[in-house]
Amino acid sequence: MSTATSHSYLDHLVQSWQKPSTSSWLDQLRANAMDSAGALRMPTTQDEEWRFTDISPLSRLPYPVAQSTFKVQLSDIEHYYLEEASCRLVFVDGQFAPELSNIAHNAGAIIGNLSSLLPTHGDTIARYLGQLAEFENDVFTALNTAFLRDSACIIIPANKSVTTPIHLLFISRQTEVTSYPRCLLIAEAGSHATIIEDYITTEEASYVTNSIVEMNLADSAHINHIRVQRDNQQAFHIGNCTVSLAHASQYHSVSITLGAYISRYNLNVILSGEGAECAADGLVLISERQLADTHTFIDHAQPHGKSRQLHKCIVDSMAHGVFNGKIMVRPHAQLTDSAQLSRNLLLTNKARIDTKPQLEIFADDVKCAHGATVGQLDKEEIFYLKSRGLSDLTARNLLTYAFGGEVIDRIPISSLKRQLEEIVLARTQIS
Amino acid sequence: MINQNSKTLLEVRGLHANVNGIEILKGVDLTVKSGEVHAIMGLNGSGKSTFAKILAGHPAYEVTAGTIIFNNQNLFDLEPEERARAGVFLAFQYPIEIPGVANNQFLRLAYNTVQSQRGKEELDPLEFDDFVREKMKLLEMSPDFLDRSVNEGFSGGEKKRNEILQMALLEPILAILDETDSGLDIDALRIVANGVNQLTNKDNATILVTHYQRLLDYIVPDYVHVMEAGRIIKTSGKELAKELEAHGYDWINADDRGKTAGVRP
Repeated sequence: MSTATSHSYLDHLVQSWQKPSTSSWLDQLRANAMDSAGALRMPTTQDEEWRFTDISPLSRLPYPVAQSTFKVQLSDIEHYYLEEASCRLVFVDGQFAPELSNIAHNAGAIIGNLSSLLPTHGDTIARYLGQLAEFENDVFTALNTAFLRDSACIIIPANKSVTTPIHLLFISRQTEVTSYPRCLLIAEAGSHATIIEDYITTEEASYVTNSIVEMNLADSAHINHIRVQRDNQQAFHIGNCTVSLAHASQYHSVSITLGAYISRYNLNVILSGEGAECAADGLVLISERQLADTHTFIDHAQPHGKSRQLHKCIVDSMAHGVFNGKIMVRPHAQLTDSAQLSRNLLLTNKARIDTKPQLEIFADDVKCAHGATVGQLDKEEIFYLKSRGLSDLTARNLLTYAFGGEVIDRIPISSLKRQLEEIVLARTQIS
Repeated sequence: MINQNSKTLLEVRGLHANVNGIEILKGVDLTVKSGEVHAIMGLNGSGKSTFAKILAGHPAYEVTAGTIIFNNQNLFDLEPEERARAGVFLAFQYPIEIPGVANNQFLRLAYNTVQSQRGKEELDPLEFDDFVREKMKLLEMSPDFLDRSVNEGFSGGEKKRNEILQMALLEPILAILDETDSGLDIDALRIVANGVNQLTNKDNATILVTHYQRLLDYIVPDYVHVMEAGRIIKTSGKELAKELEAHGYDWINADDRGKTAGVRP
């Protein structure tokens, strides 16, 4: 990729940006973000953090922000609705779609889009929005923030337990546009909730998604976060999620990556309070010429923290999976207990995986385990299944399915689990 | 049960096989007729487990010479799954753990595959559940094992029972039990042996590969073969196992070594 291309990508986007008309904190945030975007450049494979992920195809596609709203037929998306989720926020090409959303049964949580909540909760939102998602050094975060028009906002009041999941459904309806989905979660002390962040499309041609999620967990808050990226295979998806964990809070996440031609997911979890706990599991299932890159950063900043991570990639045909799992244990973070496992399954000789566990430990009294495996299906397991009459294909598919099933099983919502199991089954063609 | 008029199910002649380029089997001959129970005994490394795996078609073993006819078919023409569907069953010495595959899903897939091959009716999950629970009673297995991953976290005895459960579901013509008694306490041994005994009939045959005589107290063989250095060196009735137990393998006199055994006199 030439520098010129990358410049022109940013130039296009910067030029298309309209200077905000007001001096509100939000417009100031956008303007600051645009200043950063203007000063940054697109990453290339020369950058350590992007070594294996060449996004030059994206750089050639400075798709504008979706301007008009395209109607979505309920029948096109209804099957993505989850029966357990009593609350649903739907965004089409980054814009809130109230007619498809349902926030009546919020169980005491404050749920809505940015513009509807600003009048009542503006101060709270202003305190958090854009705080975790630092845009000074990340061009995609800067662009998302600069083009921020709407956002899902969820505030779980202190000690409130929202027992049914909150479904955020981000639909790509237009092609050759960029959408900038955004989500802000504020989980007050002792609150519980489950958030599903779900990216789908009704289209088959290319578009770009650049998403930001910020999750703030106060003391003893407990959040389940399930992220499903099922874009089409022409799409580009850059996702950033930053989570801050206060004292004794718990964050459990499962991210499932199925779609996009090129995707990148950055998950940053900062254990900023003592005794915080996080589980960050992932499953990537890709084929053809897909590239899926997952970068996670678990930052143990305080003592007695615990983190668990199981990341799995199933890479078929000529696809390419990347996993970079950095775990930082800062000098102060004694008695940290951390375990990370990256397991990867290559289904063909042309499939490729780059996996890099990265431990940086500056405390001396810690327990940190990590491991990475890259392999093909186990021959003894295949033989065992065949010796019971299963065909070679069925045996391989069953084992592939089982490999992914371990992560899907960790999703606490049975209808979503079923949907994903069906997708994996369809891909592995088990009858 | 020996019946001279019964059908020959397995005919092994001059079987030689290598693993990783090393010759393990050096001319095995064996004839098994329907209704018979054969025990193959021998020390570790004598080749008896290799022989069992070759019958099931394990890809790590390379057959370099010899023939195996199973139920009028050339066994070497059949892939492992085709052998299973044709009625060959190997109970593994070390059953494989398959995390993430539910035991009931696996058992039903295997059962239905073999059923459809035999032109019989396949069962849906509910029907199968009832059916398999009945079979599990035979082995005094808790239905909890259905929901767990295949063999994962099973004790040695539980794995072996799960093997015999598969045998009960697939109703093989030729069952090869590879060291099924190893790692079993006496209660589990009795249950497993009882299960096997209930599955044997005049139309099928069983080959027990074992180290010790103790399994043979429960599953009484019609023939006992002693394997050594890749060949069957002695064949006799069930009393041979007792003699081996009492005197050890060295007891087999030098005259027997070098003779061709395994073939019916």
